[in-house]
Amino acid sequence: MLVEFFFCLRKHGLKTSITELLDLLTALEHDMAACDVEQFYHLAKLTLVKDESQYDRFDRAFAEYFSGVEQVDLAQKIPADWLQRSIQRHLSDEEKAQLQGHGGLKELLEAFTERLAEQQKRHAGGNKWIGTGGSSAFGAYGFHPEGIRIGQTGSNQRRAVKVWDQREYRDLDSEQLINHRTIQMALRSLRRFARSGAELELDLAQTITATSAKAGLLDLQWQRERHNAIKVLILFDVGGSMDDYIYECQQLFAAARNEFKHLEFYYFHNCLYEQVWRHNSRRFSEKIPLTEVINRYSKDYKLIFVGDATMGPYEITHPGGSVEHWNEEPGIATMQRVLNHFSKSVWLNPQPFERWHWHHSIGLVQEIMGGRMYPLSIDGLNRAIRSML
Amino acid sequence: MNFSSTDQYIVSPQLQLAVNAAVVLQKPLLLKGEPGTGKTRLAEELAASLQAPLLRWQIKSTSKAQQGLYEYDAVSRLRDSQLGSDKVHDISNYIKPGKLWQAFTQDQRPVLLIDEIDKADIEFPNDLLHELDQMEFHVYETGEQIKAQQRPIVIITSNNEKELPDAFLRRCFFHYIQFPDADTLAQIVQVHFPNIKQRLLDKALTAFFNLRDVANLKKKPSTSELLDWLKLLLVENIAPHQLEGSAASLPLLGALLKNEQDTQLVEKLAFLSRRRD
Repeated sequence: MLVEFFFCLRKHGLKTSITELLDLLTALEHDMAACDVEQFYHLAKLTLVKDESQYDRFDRAFAEYFSGVEQVDLAQKIPADWLQRSIQRHLSDEEKAQLQGHGGLKELLEAFTERLAEQQKRHAGGNKWIGTGGSSAFGAYGFHPEGIRIGQTGSNQRRAVKVWDQREYRDLDSEQLINHRTIQMALRSLRRFARSGAELELDLAQTITATSAKAGLLDLQWQRERHNAIKVLILFDVGGSMDDYIYECQQLFAAARNEFKHLEFYYFHNCLYEQVWRHNSRRFSEKIPLTEVINRYSKDYKLIFVGDATMGPYEITHPGGSVEHWNEEPGIATMQRVLNHFSKSVWLNPQPFERWHWHHSIGLVQEIMGGRMYPLSIDGLNRAIRSML
Repeated sequence: MNFSSTDQYIVSPQLQLAVNAAVVLQKPLLLKGEPGTGKTRLAEELAASLQAPLLRWQIKSTSKAQQGLYEYDAVSRLRDSQLGSDKVHDISNYIKPGKLWQAFTQDQRPVLLIDEIDKADIEFPNDLLHELDQMEFHVYETGEQIKAQQRPIVIITSNNEKELPDAFLRRCFFHYIQFPDADTLAQIVQVHFPNIKQRLLDKALTAFFNLRDVANLKKKPSTSELLDWLKLLLVENIAPHQLEGSAASLPLLGALLKNEQDTQLVEKLAFLSRRRD
């Protein structure tokens, strides 16, 4: 009974369990969806999917199993294995110059649709068909000045020292991927309770004293409840090499958001300079001077940097080292100013610990932080938090 | 029984199916959706249509699972013992049944609404796993076992502030209330304002959906805001043609946008589009 369907769902990454399948079967037994595919669809969705962010996956799995639903998304029509990363072709400057633009975007799209209709097989490394690693205008992981990128995650040519174009950085969305309870449990140890709010709790010691004072006649004493008084300021590195760790950062961010009442966060790129920003979409229009951040938050805020600290060493040590603007002061001076203000701080690095010695800049930052850089793993997080208490 | 739209409340067929499945299969129904899409109203309407008692358990950040079962008022027992009251010998005088207990012991199958479960501590749903699954619990103070005479219809709402644990989700049916489309919304409005003029309604709905389409709003206006706004429009006797033009010039905009930044954003956009003209 529906076992194939069940496995089809799991194949699409839905975490449906057997209990839920049994629920669906019971519902069917009760004639909840009598011979009607649409009713069955809604019933299956109701019983098997427990999160609206999974609805899309469910729809695709359902369509695949019942194969009656048309898919309209062009990019999804292209089989994924065509676009899988293959040998990257390195082009010389000469070759790049040879590749001229294909006119405007409209022509490009038209040509793409045409090409898609012509092409029937997987293709890699050439210069006309759609595929991976080539120099055709269509495909992924390749080079073409006006190419259409399909199914590529992250930017491929990011070793460039200067960020030439103002790429859009993705916001860390707190509404996504909150399910990592382990992070939340780790963050829970970062607690310092203080009493605040209304007097709701019985103060036993005071009650006994007061009652004794009244010769045994009960005199109740109340006190305020304890709340977590920890304040946290998080500075996130976004963009560039951090693309690889968006998932980890989202989880950390979401968990922290749940856990701390006083949580403030800002973004920076690669190294901390004299300005930070709050929204990635408005990062070039709404910069906030770092001095304002320092003035606004008192020194009892726990400062957490999240970044891979992977950059050119001069981005830290030299004035003008920033890849995006001219910084009067070297990054190291800015870092030190912040560290002097906040009494407790750590740096969480999503790069695996084994790779740290590959990058000179990680060693530099580690030195600036006084050794308080920890890998962004549960263990690292626990150690980081212990060092801040 | 079959739950369907009433003259007060419009349900989509999917939601109808979800409610009926939850009622028949005796499983808790977890409802999510934008604020103001009628999650809480659903429980009220369901109780009304079944003529069943509604027990509402409003969850706050300080709520504990135990409070839903029962509370032992040790302090008042201590006080009574001091005053020499006779009540003190029977501990059950000091056990106060919570909402779940009340729901379990109703004569008629009740509707139990656990409202905004995501407000509570992350362990809260886990503490209720057994109680919602088996519909029974133990009272340690008196040694009683409280078991549901009939399984209550449990409606749980969440605003997505916290992720709920998997084990809890597995025990529930889940339905995400989508924001209604224009037709459904028109139906909903008709239910609430039967005498509204069609032209005013059309204009108002267009303006409303345009406003919802503005990107980066902190809080999009939802059904309940629309209804409040329409009520004001009727009271103030606003003519349909006044609803034309940019979003910022809408009369009584404050009923739709509850956030100062949102209002500023809309004004800024209107200003920009005026300059372009």
